[in-house]
Amino acid sequence: MDFFHVLVVLLESTIRVSVPLVFAALAGLFTERAGVFDIGLEGKMLGAAFAAGAAAAVTQSVWIGLIAAILISVALSLVHGYASITQRGNQIVSGVAINFIVAGSTVILGEAWFRQGGRTPALAEGARFQTISFPDADMIREVPLLGPIYADLLSGHFLLTYLAFAMVPISWWILYRTRFGLRLRAVGENPGAVDTAGISVIWLRYRAVICCGILCGFAGAYLSLAMTAGFVKGMTAGKGYIALAALIFAKWRPKNVMFACLLFGFLDALAIRLQGTPLPLIGQVPVQFMQALPYILTVILLAGFIGKAIPPKAGGVPYVKER
Amino acid sequence: MDDIAIELHGIDKSFGLVHANKDINLKVRKGTIHGIIGENGAGKSTLMSILYGFYQADSGEILVDGKPVAIRDPNTAISVGIGMVHQHFMLVENFTVLENVMLGAEDSQVLNKGIAKARTELKRLENEYALEVNPDALIEELPVGLQQRVEILKALYRKADILILDEPTGVLTPAEADHLFRILGQLKSQGKTIIFITHKLREIMAITDEVSVMRRGEMVATRNTRETSVEELAELMVGRRVLLRVDKGEASPGDVKLAVQGLTVKDSRGVTMVDDVSFEVRSGEIVGIAGVAGNGQSELLEAIAGIRKATAGTVLLNGKSVDVMGHRDPAELRARGLAHVPEDRHHVGLVLKFEESENAILGYHHDPRYLNGVFLNIDAIRKDAEEKIAKYDIRPPNARLKTANFSGGNQQKIVLAREMERDPDVLIIGQPTRGVDVGAIEFIHKRIIEMRDQGKAVLLVSVELDEIRSLSDRILVMFAGRVVGERSPDATEGELGLLMAGVEGRKEAAE
Repeated sequence: MDFFHVLVVLLESTIRVSVPLVFAALAGLFTERAGVFDIGLEGKMLGAAFAAGAAAAVTQSVWIGLIAAILISVALSLVHGYASITQRGNQIVSGVAINFIVAGSTVILGEAWFRQGGRTPALAEGARFQTISFPDADMIREVPLLGPIYADLLSGHFLLTYLAFAMVPISWWILYRTRFGLRLRAVGENPGAVDTAGISVIWLRYRAVICCGILCGFAGAYLSLAMTAGFVKGMTAGKGYIALAALIFAKWRPKNVMFACLLFGFLDALAIRLQGTPLPLIGQVPVQFMQALPYILTVILLAGFIGKAIPPKAGGVPYVKER
Repeated sequence: MDDIAIELHGIDKSFGLVHANKDINLKVRKGTIHGIIGENGAGKSTLMSILYGFYQADSGEILVDGKPVAIRDPNTAISVGIGMVHQHFMLVENFTVLENVMLGAEDSQVLNKGIAKARTELKRLENEYALEVNPDALIEELPVGLQQRVEILKALYRKADILILDEPTGVLTPAEADHLFRILGQLKSQGKTIIFITHKLREIMAITDEVSVMRRGEMVATRNTRETSVEELAELMVGRRVLLRVDKGEASPGDVKLAVQGLTVKDSRGVTMVDDVSFEVRSGEIVGIAGVAGNGQSELLEAIAGIRKATAGTVLLNGKSVDVMGHRDPAELRARGLAHVPEDRHHVGLVLKFEESENAILGYHHDPRYLNGVFLNIDAIRKDAEEKIAKYDIRPPNARLKTANFSGGNQQKIVLAREMERDPDVLIIGQPTRGVDVGAIEFIHKRIIEMRDQGKAVLLVSVELDEIRSLSDRILVMFAGRVVGERSPDATEGELGLLMAGVEGRKEAAE
């Protein structure tokens, strides 16, 4: 029973740490499927987290915090869109620039506004998301096996957590079952086909970039309004890059994205759990190794086990009419 | 029959300094196949892109069915009934046929209803025009001929009455091209108007009712196809008389200079591209390799030239073995008398940002002639380049001009001059006249024959069957990585076509 208990706790924290990964990776899915590579997920998430923390602290409203997060993230997306779609700039450079600008400016603005060393003030209960308990969770917890799964694993998460996992089938439906999705996937493979079919490549890509901004906004808001009570500088801590790794690992498919994020989330949860605990045979594993594991895993698995991950064909290439 | 489907008045278009279309007038009759012929860069594709709304004309007027229309984008073109089959197919390769046909004409936000409708409509079009294709097949799994059919279906699905086909036969086997011509005849008989763009005179004669000739951005003439001739059209295209047949004497083959035995090449995915190929090339003969693009000719050429590793087989150059499977060194092969004119001059043959003179010695820059100690001897290099420019009539005659600013034909001459002037024993040439205008083609063909007559062994790869037939002394046909037959240049096009399509070869191999 003890092992089972540990497992439930581990899985519960897996879900918790996976949420921003799922949002961010789905965000990347939308732009990259449209042919705009986005290394700036990290920056957008961080900017959104800061905006959420700051707005919620000032207004004491979690919803205004969430809206602020989405607005800032979409704005940053549009900057990336303007640079890479309209100005046909280098998408990697633009993404990296966003990451740097946000990393610096959130600290400067945070210090200027709140004078707490780049943090935003700790949020009171009403200004942050609360967990949602399923009906009768406490009673059912006593039921062996199914009880803890219901009460601890499924119940007791934030609204955004359920939204993140709901976004997986929703994203799939949008991409594969709607006109917008068909065109979006087409523009990432062969923008010429979209252009000659009489559809604007530019507008389509901008819409994809906006979708990315919205989802990154959720990811950021989750970090500062749900997982913790306020913004801390650099709080994304590379999650944007892990999300990118998950996206490649998942070969740009929604369902795979979820499983990849859960796998990376599990490793993260395990790393936290194993901190300072010696493993049999191996002894104590440095926590840095566990943190590096998702990246190592991506490289190893991509190199041999899951076959070649083929990115959208027109990815990273600005669209220029033939001539 | 005398209704006019499309009328163009004074269409003018410039890209920067390039005047692509000059005051073009054109009338296309309803229900006819109207050919537009011209050399590469004559402005045919630009004109059609303007008609399809891809570019905007700087001035001029377009009338469709007698009514003036402002075609601002492909959407307007589609709405007035114009459809286009592009030279490079505008298809999403990992989509199904159905998805490609629907794209941009989905009907509703959610796909379900649209899919059902598209499926029935596609079925109807298939039956009406005999254009069978599996709607659920992925584009990347279809042969090019069928991919082209999907492009045609796309246009018909959008209710196009006027179809523009831009160089549609470039990627097809002769048999596939014939099939396309039958489809076009069928479409014409059902009242569709077809504009057929090509630089191949034979195709114009075969299927068009009327033909307009473009030269350097101008529309120089329109003729009734029945009342004109290949010679007249060629003269109109080039602006002077051209020799369409290559004059060449009998070959007098000597010793074997290049011997290829059991050569096998795999690509990066491990797919066998060249499969157990053996042949010999003797001094004083031209061996041509015919085949539809993508049947292993490119890989064969690269393996012999030392750019690509082979997985099995031997190559003897001047009787001495070449290490084809291990260490590859194109420079060493050059020193041993092999010259290589690569298929893709932009990626392999030239550095487009370099000056002409620099490209003229590329790969031979270690030659002491061009050196001053460890430094390049710029004066010697320029002088050498100027000699080549004069001898090969490279225009403009400026050794210091950036290579990108030369036309395709002149770029090709730069490569040819570099390789031929080294006086090699073996010359291997890929696509000598791809993207080269008719005037330069004549010159290049003459030079290749001269090389043969000087006793070089020449291996020629080209997807232009006419070129292979007129230059080669022997023709090898490649299909799916294998040499499926050897023919004399007198073999008929039909015979070679069947080999290229892999029909005849299988029987031959079985025997």
